[in-house]
Amino acid sequence: MLDAIGVGSVGEIFDRQIPAPVRLGRPLDLPAGLPEQDVYEHLRALAQRNVSAEDELCFLGAGMYDHYVPALVDMLMERSEFLTPYTPYQPEISQGGLQVMFEYQTAISELTALPVSNASVYEGPSAVASAGYMARLHNGRGRFVVSAGLHPHSIATLRTYAHGFGVEVIEVPLREGVTDIDAWAAAIDEDTSAAFFAQPNFYGAVEDAAALSAAAKTAAEKAPVVIAQVDPLTLGILAPPGDCGVDVAVGEGQSLGNRLDFGGPSFGFFAAREEFLRRMPGRIAGETRDVDGRRGFVLTLQTREQHIRRAKATSNICTSQALNALAGVVYLSWLGRQGIVELGELLLARTHYALQTLTELEGVEALHSSSSSSQPVVREFALRLDADVAAVRERCAEQSINPGADLYALTGREEDRGGLLVAITERRTRADIDRLADVLGAAVASERQSQAVGA
Amino acid sequence: MNAATTAPPAGSGLSETSLQREPAVTIFERGAPGRRAFQCPALDVPAVDPHELLPAHLRRSTPPALPEISEPEIVRHYVRLSKRNFDLDSGFYPLGSCTMKHNPRLHERVAALPGHARLHPLQDPARAQGALELMWNLERALSEISGLPHVSLQPSAGSHGELAGVLLTRAYHESRGETRHKVLTPDTSHGTNPATVTMAGFEVVALATNPDGGIDLDDLRTKADSDVACLMLTNPNTLGLFDPNIVEIAEIVHGVGATLYYDGANLNAIMGLSRPGDMGFDIVHFNLHKSFTQPHGGGGPGSGPIAVSERIAPYLPVPTVTRDEDGHFNLDHERSQSIGRLRGFQGNYGCFVRSYAYICSLGAEGLKDASETAVLNANYLLARLKNTTHPPVAEYLPLAYGKLCLHEFVLSGGPMKRELGLKTLDLAKRLLDHGFHPPTVYFPLLVDEALMVEPTETETRETLDAFADAIAAILSEAADDPEIARNAPYTTPVRRLDEVAAAKHPVIRQALS
Repeated sequence: MLDAIGVGSVGEIFDRQIPAPVRLGRPLDLPAGLPEQDVYEHLRALAQRNVSAEDELCFLGAGMYDHYVPALVDMLMERSEFLTPYTPYQPEISQGGLQVMFEYQTAISELTALPVSNASVYEGPSAVASAGYMARLHNGRGRFVVSAGLHPHSIATLRTYAHGFGVEVIEVPLREGVTDIDAWAAAIDEDTSAAFFAQPNFYGAVEDAAALSAAAKTAAEKAPVVIAQVDPLTLGILAPPGDCGVDVAVGEGQSLGNRLDFGGPSFGFFAAREEFLRRMPGRIAGETRDVDGRRGFVLTLQTREQHIRRAKATSNICTSQALNALAGVVYLSWLGRQGIVELGELLLARTHYALQTLTELEGVEALHSSSSSSQPVVREFALRLDADVAAVRERCAEQSINPGADLYALTGREEDRGGLLVAITERRTRADIDRLADVLGAAVASERQSQAVGA
Repeated sequence: MNAATTAPPAGSGLSETSLQREPAVTIFERGAPGRRAFQCPALDVPAVDPHELLPAHLRRSTPPALPEISEPEIVRHYVRLSKRNFDLDSGFYPLGSCTMKHNPRLHERVAALPGHARLHPLQDPARAQGALELMWNLERALSEISGLPHVSLQPSAGSHGELAGVLLTRAYHESRGETRHKVLTPDTSHGTNPATVTMAGFEVVALATNPDGGIDLDDLRTKADSDVACLMLTNPNTLGLFDPNIVEIAEIVHGVGATLYYDGANLNAIMGLSRPGDMGFDIVHFNLHKSFTQPHGGGGPGSGPIAVSERIAPYLPVPTVTRDEDGHFNLDHERSQSIGRLRGFQGNYGCFVRSYAYICSLGAEGLKDASETAVLNANYLLARLKNTTHPPVAEYLPLAYGKLCLHEFVLSGGPMKRELGLKTLDLAKRLLDHGFHPPTVYFPLLVDEALMVEPTETETRETLDAFADAIAAILSEAADDPEIARNAPYTTPVRRLDEVAAAKHPVIRQALS
C-alpha cells in the first residue's frame, strides 16, 4: 500500500502534512486496549454499581418514564439495516429508513392533530427551545412567555438558547397546580413571540389547553405562536393539541418505546400547523415517484436545512434521532388505535388510585390543593411530605423503593419544598402502589418521629 | 451486484428485481380494524367512571388513527422495509465527513445491560456511581485526546456541540464586558457552522481558501478584528487537508481576543497524533457517532461532547460530573457562570457507554493505530485511483487540492462532466449498481462537482481495490455510452426519484380517515 502511495512509511504521510510543533510526540495517556471479554466485564461491573428500574420499585418520572418496551422494538432496532446506515442522502438505497420517517411523521400528526411533523429532533427540552427559535424566525418578536408548568429542564434550555438569539423569557406562575390563566394572559403582549405551556404539566396536572390557547390568542392585538410541550403517550385520552388551538406541539418521545438509558438517547418530536412547514427544523421525508412510476420517499424541503442554506438555515440540526423515532413508530403500531386509549385509561385509573392511597397517609398530602382530586392527573402527581424529602427518599431506598423525584431539587422553587413527584406507569401494579404506600407511610412517620425527637 | 452483470442501458427491458416489484405499502395501509398486538394489563384498581377522572372537555373524542395490526404483521412489515436500506454492515460506505467505521456489536450488548439501559436519569448520584464513573472516565479520555482540560458530555450531536461552543464564546466575551458580533468560518466549512452562528445570534463572515486548500491568511488578517468573537475551523478541513498554518492562525485569532473553535467531525485523522488543544483551540466538539463509532441509526442518535480550555471552563453547561477526594462521583448543578442547560438530564448516556467501550477496547495505541490506518487507507485509495491509467481516472477526477491527504480526500468531477458528459451525481448513482454507497457529493461547495471520499480504518485493501475498480469501470463505460450512468441506478429498490415534485407539492404524511 505504501508503494502505491509512494511513501516509505505511514509516519511519512503525517510528517509531510502536520507540522512538528503540533504533533503529539508521546503516546496518549490512556490505558492500554483490552480484549472484548475484558471490556464486557468492565462495563458490566460499572452497570452493577447502578440501581436501575430492574433493581428497585421505581416511581421516578419527571420527564422520562419506566414504561414497558416490547421485545419487537429491540429486535428491529438491532437490525443492521436500521442500526448502521447514515442519514438517507441516497434515497434509492434508503427507502426503508425514509418510509419509516414518513410513517413516523404520519403517526405524530395523528397523535397531535397537527398536519406537519418532522422526522425527529434531539429530545424534549431542546425541542421546546427549537420551537422558540422557529417562532422567533416566524414573527421576529422579542419575548417568550412560559408557564411554570413547563419542565424545568425545558425552561432552562429555552433560556440558554434564547439568550443567544436575543429573546427575553418571562415565567408565569401556577395557581392550584395549573397555569394561572389570568397571569398568563396578562403577561402576553404585542411583542410576545411565543407562549409555552405543558400538557400534562410538570407537576402531572392536566391543563385546560383550549382555554390557554384561546387566552393567548386574544391577549394582545398580535397573537403569539402557542407552543405546547406534550407527552405523546397521553394523547390516546387527552384532547390533542391541534384540536385545542395549539400551533406547535413538541416534546419528549422517550415514553414511546425508548428505554431510560440514564436520560438518552431518545427522541424529540416536533409538529405544527401548515403555515410553519417551511420554517421547521430537521429532516422531513416526503412521498414521490421514481422514473418508472414506483412510489418512493425522499428527504424533502431541504432548502430549510444547514447543508443547503448554511447561515440562512432555519436550524443547525443535522444528525437527529432516526433510530429512536423508529422505536417510537414501532411502539405506536404495537400499541395501536385502541391500545393507546386502553393504556391511557389504565394509567388514569392507577394514578388516581395511587393519589388517593398516598394522600390518606399521615403527613402526606397533595402539593397543590386540599382536595386531592380537584385537578385531573394522568400518570404523575405532586405530593407534599411533612418531613424532609431527601431523608424520606433515603429510607425508602433502603427498602428498594424509589418513591419519586424530589421536586425542590429539580425546580428550586420555594413552594416546591417538601414536594415529591410520583410517576405511575403500567409496570407499577396495584400491589406495587400498595407497597409504596406502606413504605412511604412508614418512612414519613419515622422521619417525623426522629425530627420531633431531634427538636 | 457485480459490475459485469449490471449494465442495462435505459429502456433495455431488463426485468425488475423482486424488491422493485414489491410496492411500497405503509404500516397504515396494512392490518384491519380490530387487529392488535398490545394486550393491556388488567385493571387491578377499583374502577372509577373515566369521566370523573378526566372531564369530557379535556378528553380526546376519537382515538388517533394508529395502525390496527398484529405483531407478526408489524415484524414482517419492518423487516421487509429494512431490506430496502443499504447499511454499513452490508457494504462499503465511504461517505466523506461521516466516518462510517465498523460498529462493534459488543457496544450494543453492554449498552443494553439493565444497569445502563434501565437507569433512570434522576436516580440519586449515590445510586448511579457506575454511570457517573463511566461519564467521568469518558470525559478524561476525551480531554486527553483533545488536549483540553475540561469536558461536557451534554450536547446531543455535533451541531448541538457547535451551538454549545458558540454560546460559550458569547458567555466568555460577555463576562469580559465585551459585545462582539461576528464569527468567522472558512468557505469550506460544514453547513452546520454558519447555521449555528446565526442561531446563536452572531453574523457569519466567510473566509477564503488559499490555493493549497488552507485558510487564506491575508483574508484572515483583514477580517480578524475586535468585533470577531470566534473562528470556527475543521482541521484537517473538509478537503481532508491539515492546515499547516494552524499555529499562525491561532495567533491571529487570539491576537484580536477571539476564541478558536474546533469542529471535530474530522478527528478520526489525528487521534493520538496531534491535538486541537496543542494547536491553540479553545473549544472542541467531538462526534461520538463518527470518531468513536456510535452507530448512526439512519440519522441518529448522535452525541456531541465538548472539551474546553481553562478560560472557557466556568461557562460549561450544567450539570457537570464531579469527583470528590474519596472517589465518589456527583453532579454539579450550581455553577454561577454556566450558560445553563442545552437539553434535559445528562446527555445521550447510551452513546457514552458505546464510545467508552470503544476507547477501552482500543486504548492509547489502538486509537493512534485507527487514525494511522484511516489515513493510510485514504491515501491508498487516492493512489489507486491516480495510478489507474485505463481509463485515466485522475484526468477525469483530479484531486481538488494537495498531493496527499489525511483521512479523506476530495475529487473534482468537473473534467468528467466536461469530457464524458457525466455529472458527479451520475457517477454516484451508478456506484449504487455496483453495491457501494457513494461518497459525499457536491460538498465542499468550492470544489466543482465535488466527490468527498472517506474510507475509514476498518476497510480492507480488497474493498478499496474493488471500489477503485468500480470507479474505473464506470468511467470506461461512460466513455462508450454515458447514457447508462445518466439513467442509473437500475438495481435498487426504486430508481431515481422525483425530488422536485416532492418539494413542490409536499406529501409528508399519509391522509387517514
